[in-house]
Amino acid sequence: MNNGQPDPGLYEYNAYRNRPKIEWPDGKTVAVWVSPNLEYYELDPPENPIRKSWKTPAPDVTGYSHRDYANRVGHWRMAEVMEQYGFKGSVSLSVALCQHIPEVVEHANELGWEFFSHGIYNTRYSYGMSEEQERTIIEDSIKTVKNATGQDIKGWLAPALTHTPRTLDLIAEYGLTYTCDLYHDDQPMPVSVKSGKLISMPYSLEVNDHYGFFIYNMSPREYADTLIRQYERLAAEGENSGTVMCIPLHSYLIGQPHRIGPFAEVLRYIKEDGRAWITQSGDIADHYLANYSHLAGAKNDY
Amino acid sequence: MTIDNSYMIYRNRRRGMDHDLYKWSNIFSRPPLKWPNNKNVLTWIVINLEWFPITPNDTPFKAPGHMQTAYPDFRHYTSRDYGNRVGIYRLLDALKKIDAKVSVAVNSAIAERYPQLVADISADGHEIIAHSTDMNATIASGVAIEQEEAHIIRSLAVIEKATGKRPIGWLSIARSQSFNTPELLANAGLSYMCDWVNDELPYLMKTKAGEIFNFPLNHELSDRQILNVQQHSVDSYVQQIKDAWTWLNSESKQYGGRILPLNITPYIMGLPYRMEAFEQLLSWLKTQEQNDFATGTEILETISVN
Repeated sequence: MNNGQPDPGLYEYNAYRNRPKIEWPDGKTVAVWVSPNLEYYELDPPENPIRKSWKTPAPDVTGYSHRDYANRVGHWRMAEVMEQYGFKGSVSLSVALCQHIPEVVEHANELGWEFFSHGIYNTRYSYGMSEEQERTIIEDSIKTVKNATGQDIKGWLAPALTHTPRTLDLIAEYGLTYTCDLYHDDQPMPVSVKSGKLISMPYSLEVNDHYGFFIYNMSPREYADTLIRQYERLAAEGENSGTVMCIPLHSYLIGQPHRIGPFAEVLRYIKEDGRAWITQSGDIADHYLANYSHLAGAKNDY
Repeated sequence: MTIDNSYMIYRNRRRGMDHDLYKWSNIFSRPPLKWPNNKNVLTWIVINLEWFPITPNDTPFKAPGHMQTAYPDFRHYTSRDYGNRVGIYRLLDALKKIDAKVSVAVNSAIAERYPQLVADISADGHEIIAHSTDMNATIASGVAIEQEEAHIIRSLAVIEKATGKRPIGWLSIARSQSFNTPELLANAGLSYMCDWVNDELPYLMKTKAGEIFNFPLNHELSDRQILNVQQHSVDSYVQQIKDAWTWLNSESKQYGGRILPLNITPYIMGLPYRMEAFEQLLSWLKTQEQNDFATGTEILETISVN
């Protein structure tokens, strides 16, 4: 698709060997952040010429109602388990959820969760947007989250992972400091943007519950085991230089009754292990920018 | 190519859902439900009985499990029919052993073609609910409303004639509906449907023809999803269902009665190498003190009193 487009040149190569040491607070070796996607999917959205919203013509009853399970059942179950073990969410938010179901957003905000934007709806895609249109959704996101929660968003995870070549330049211009859209490393890395300061926050598709359950077809217990292996490896490697582990979640998946129990065990395991800086994406970005923005790899003005 | 500016307009961005079928509700802040005999969890089993015509209909879509090879696809036609001849009887026998009553979602073609089977199901005390006419009668947007209505009416009439009882529950093929479906189902006098999977307890939907309950038949816990789609072993399936039951039971102590919905397909679960594990799951459920089994009708009666 779009053959002949230039390589975006988002970052410089930086080998994993012999990197400067990143130190997390209190001598922790791995920064662990949990990222619930709080989303709203529309039943009958307008058609995007590049991507279909649903597998079947509206109403895609199973697809839509499965997502809707998140806001009626899954969120509350997932949040209770996270709270029990002291994990505060960093929310990838469909900002229209602030209008549709403010109860969910208010609940997350009261728990001290951080919000970054995941677009307006997870059924509206950025592909093909003009600069003006893309600015509109960024400004909408900043304003909507501010009005609903009092928070200034610091990060971006593109709606349904749909981008334009301008996306990262634009979010940096609006003062956002991290993107969750690049998956090239297990440590924060500077991103080359036209203005502002932007880092890549290690997010994960590989241990995302969606990939776990629907790409790799894991059982709930296999997924839990995968998270613990991921954690063990990153915690050990973080002795050399601090690593980041993100656990991206969708409560319509992880909040199911056959999955939440094994997942709760993972959170208990990480909490009791002691090597984890159990934190949020914004705090990781702040710590990195305050202490390490001089590190190699930055083409822009760090 | 730039996207049209109409794509930037959000017509239904407002408080509540982006449609009028049902209201948003948080399951954890509803008044707790009480099940008979102070049980915590009702295991609601729905068995699908499906008849696949050997020539599949791709419009509006081909039903899951339908024919796959060029005509005549003996391979799939007969292995689906195995479920209706053998697999279902293994399931019925297993249910009899633990004295559990379930809901059986029946294509009306089954009632026409295999009257002995529906008679045996009724004689065992199970509930029969409607599951369209046959596996070519899928419903989705694009199906003419008259056609959709004809499927519903015919399905109910044939089953009523065969069993002497008009079904009060409906399961769509692949849970697929059009925007007309809830109203057509309510209009046909059905009390509940099993298609929307956004909840873990029954809730009411509004239609112009009146209200109808939706009973969320969790597709993620179905044997089709876990064994066929995700290709987990039956042992893993059993573990997952036990984990689900255990979680729901613990939650119930604080939040009220819970339902464990198990959607079972005879040609999937009723195979010889899977049955023992499934039977062991059934007896495990049977021995949980806080568990009971219920049909859709029984659940409906209970929540109406609650």
